[in-house]
Amino acid sequence: MVRRKRSTDDFAEEIQSHLELETEALKRAGLSEEAARQKAKSEFGSVSVARERFNLRGRAVWLENLVRDGRFAVRQLLKNPGFTATAVLVMALGIGTSVAIFAFVDAALIKPLPYESPSRLVNLFESNLTGPRFHLSYLDYLDWKRMNSVFSSMSVYEQSDFMLNTPQGTRQVDGVRVSDGFLRTLGVQPLLGRDFRDGEDLTSASSTVLLTYAEWQNRYGGRPDIVGQSVILNGTTATIVGVLPRDFHFAPAAPGGFWLTIVTNNEGARQRGSHGLLGVARLKDGVTLAAADAEMKTVAERLEKQYPDTNRNRDANVISLTDMIVGDVRPILMVLLSGAGLLLLIASLNVASLLLVRTENRKREIAVRGALGATPARLMRQFVTEGLVLTACGCLLGIGGAFAAMQALTRLIPADRIASMPFLQGMGLNGRVLGFALIVSAIAGMLFSLTPLLRISFKNLRQGLTEGGRTAAGTLWRRFGANLVVLELATAMVLLVGAGLLGKSFYRLMHVNMGLQPQNLAAVRVSGSATRYSTDTAKVNFEQQVIQKLQGLSGVSSVALSSDLPVGDGDGLSTIAFKEKPSLGDHNEVNDREVSTAYFATLEAQMLRGRGFAESDDAGRPPVAVINQTLAKRYFPNENPLGQHIGSDVAKNPIEIIGVVDDIREGPLETSTLPAMYLPSNQDPDKTFYVIVRTSQAPRSFLPQMDAAIHQVDPGIATYNAMTMDDHIHDSQSAYFHRSSAWLVGSFAGMALLLGVVGLYGVIAYSVSQRTREIGVRMALGAHRDSIHRMVLREAARLAITGIAIGLVFSLFAGSLMRGLLFGVRSWDAWVLCAVVGVLAAAALLASYLPARRAASVNPMDALRAE
Amino acid sequence: MTTRKSSDDRIALLQGTLDLLILKTLVLGPCHGQGVAREIQLRSEEVFFVDHGSLYLALQRLEDKEWITAEWGVSENNRRARFYSLTPMGRAQLIEKAGEWQRLTRAMGLILGNGTVQNPEEA
Repeated sequence: MVRRKRSTDDFAEEIQSHLELETEALKRAGLSEEAARQKAKSEFGSVSVARERFNLRGRAVWLENLVRDGRFAVRQLLKNPGFTATAVLVMALGIGTSVAIFAFVDAALIKPLPYESPSRLVNLFESNLTGPRFHLSYLDYLDWKRMNSVFSSMSVYEQSDFMLNTPQGTRQVDGVRVSDGFLRTLGVQPLLGRDFRDGEDLTSASSTVLLTYAEWQNRYGGRPDIVGQSVILNGTTATIVGVLPRDFHFAPAAPGGFWLTIVTNNEGARQRGSHGLLGVARLKDGVTLAAADAEMKTVAERLEKQYPDTNRNRDANVISLTDMIVGDVRPILMVLLSGAGLLLLIASLNVASLLLVRTENRKREIAVRGALGATPARLMRQFVTEGLVLTACGCLLGIGGAFAAMQALTRLIPADRIASMPFLQGMGLNGRVLGFALIVSAIAGMLFSLTPLLRISFKNLRQGLTEGGRTAAGTLWRRFGANLVVLELATAMVLLVGAGLLGKSFYRLMHVNMGLQPQNLAAVRVSGSATRYSTDTAKVNFEQQVIQKLQGLSGVSSVALSSDLPVGDGDGLSTIAFKEKPSLGDHNEVNDREVSTAYFATLEAQMLRGRGFAESDDAGRPPVAVINQTLAKRYFPNENPLGQHIGSDVAKNPIEIIGVVDDIREGPLETSTLPAMYLPSNQDPDKTFYVIVRTSQAPRSFLPQMDAAIHQVDPGIATYNAMTMDDHIHDSQSAYFHRSSAWLVGSFAGMALLLGVVGLYGVIAYSVSQRTREIGVRMALGAHRDSIHRMVLREAARLAITGIAIGLVFSLFAGSLMRGLLFGVRSWDAWVLCAVVGVLAAAALLASYLPARRAASVNPMDALRAE
Repeated sequence: MTTRKSSDDRIALLQGTLDLLILKTLVLGPCHGQGVAREIQLRSEEVFFVDHGSLYLALQRLEDKEWITAEWGVSENNRRARFYSLTPMGRAQLIEKAGEWQRLTRAMGLILGNGTVQNPEEA
């Protein structure tokens, strides 16, 4: 049954008809026409009220009120932009941070890995005396597969890189080698084409290749006819047989784009001692991880007995694949999530405190509106609406901020780390993250719309007009708020000191004396084919050709080659000995670098004694070396090292020292320089080396030119990792580590500082609003404005100083805990501590200045009359 | 039947009462608003006076609840009027509400006792 909505006109007509009927009835009862009309009208009462009530009937009055309340709320909030901006910003900060970090947690820990029932997958390692996570050999893999009864399938994989022929020359590409059934073990099907067939790793290794979705898109532009195309990898033609699904990733082998089968017909595959593979397996239904681990350990024991030569002390280690992939980041993420949660809590308490101040200041407004007829329910709705509008703004800004924070946090992760965490790539504002944001927002909305109601007694509205209302609840809140502020300031202090120390460490690290001038240097790794450059003469020619080609380019002032770049991982060690000197124990290890003649000149390193290399220092002359100052000081503290001879495991004959160079930072920036020995590349040439070029133009724009020139020498040369020396230093692991930790702690410190300041403001302003009457009395009794000002500032100073003092103690403690993270700065660095105390004191002054000014500007007459 | 000093809960009670009286009046047959008002006044021996504005809102409320229906018609003296009649749902409601009311008055009578409290004006 469809009910028509009755029109107002129809109702009016009915009233009219009633009046006429009534008039007639009254006339019949004996009244005159005029009197009857009058009486009918008066008995009906107000026609307009009846019509108004009819109009309101059934209409969504609450919706209209909501719209009106919403508009009023926005007006109220805009009237006090300082309060609104602060509350919205603080809320956005708390929500934004927690949502951003939750997005990471979601991507890494909540979102399931893109395999079929990923919880049933395990990763297989061999453990040995050195550690629990080592590779297994191909023969061990075959035996494990044959002898176990706990896995429904087992496969192996290894990270690998290949030389790919491209139109621009040979390039190194990342890849993975897997056994035939690898994708079937994971339960993954290719998006295009086919999977490797059973036995494909035995018969036709390296002749078929699968591409990842990203590789297909980026390198081949997503061309639809990709399956069936040929590529040349490591000089062998292979056919692309398939493309992996878009959301597929396999972190342990990341970032490999080319997937080939393992090689099973070479020497390595026939030797049980040749370890290079990791296993992945699927547990049979009903088999637990512990049971699988136990059985594999017995399998390994049997193999150990059977092959004591190769398998001594080699045990099996089975761990869940999920743990292997995200196990490293789980604790970090949990710490970050707890930090963000704490931040959100403090932010919420701060906003609640600001709302209380505001409510307190609006008590009279509420009383007046109550007196004018607003019902308690209506007033309550008004406050709830304001809370909701405020929360909505804060949440929207927060979610937007979360998006930006996600990008920023991703940038803090080193590129090679992010490549090993492909699960982070799908990170974003997905349903789960938005759901989380909504839940947080809903809780915040509830908190912020109900907080003001705590402080308003709607039953006794008139109280607001007459009494100051210093209630027990108010005092309780002040005490709680004061403690909270002390805690916030102390936290901010600790975090700021941490950020300061880390920041200073990073600065020191970047300004450490590297013994070279990194500006205007470009570098690239070059590798020639092993067959073409097999002899020393061929290698020397190859090196000379590359140098000459690059020197011919415009803007190039100097070209050098080296077996390794400075500011590297500090590897490339060899053991030395001196015939005339006793061994210095186990530490006779030095960095050795084979460098070209112009190496020291190109880096602008400082020669301290003797000479550098000359072109004439070649295979036809006795071997020579340049040593660094650390080596000279260590082994020749009081003698002239020039003319002395070094015995080394890299050379047959003793090497004569012809020069001493000032220390060049070969290893990581934060470790002290090792003794180093430089040998002329002409006497010890290689087909793989780094080219270092000093240019007069911007080195970054020189990189493509450099790459092209090297390929002109021989298109078969592979080049990779072309970069400027500045970038190389900036991206080095220690620089990354210090930079990210400084930024991370710094951002948390910034937020803590902001919260502390807002919290302090809230507490002091609340206190002032509660003491208006007292202040009025004081001023009426002759207190000067300055003394009121001081009184408020003193209250703020007490809180700030307590917070800073507690923070200082904990900072010293935290500083000593993070001593290991610092470089070139003490954990009690006076400058950092002073600066932080200064910043906090200034911020606290700022936060208390506004309420103090308001207190001092109280008009005693108003204050007393208001009560 | 209403007074200025009425508190909230008494209004609610009276509102319910008015609904019941309207339903009862309509049992006799379709009737327009003015007729309903007259009928209530007459049958209560002029004790109840019906506020006409409230009556029409009550009628509308009952119509919204689908206890009564309405259509425009012509009155006995040829005036256009809106005639209300009971729906089966309204009839059921009347039986239920009337029963409730009778139980209430009986209980009140039992507690107050027959004739022990007299109207002071009549005394």
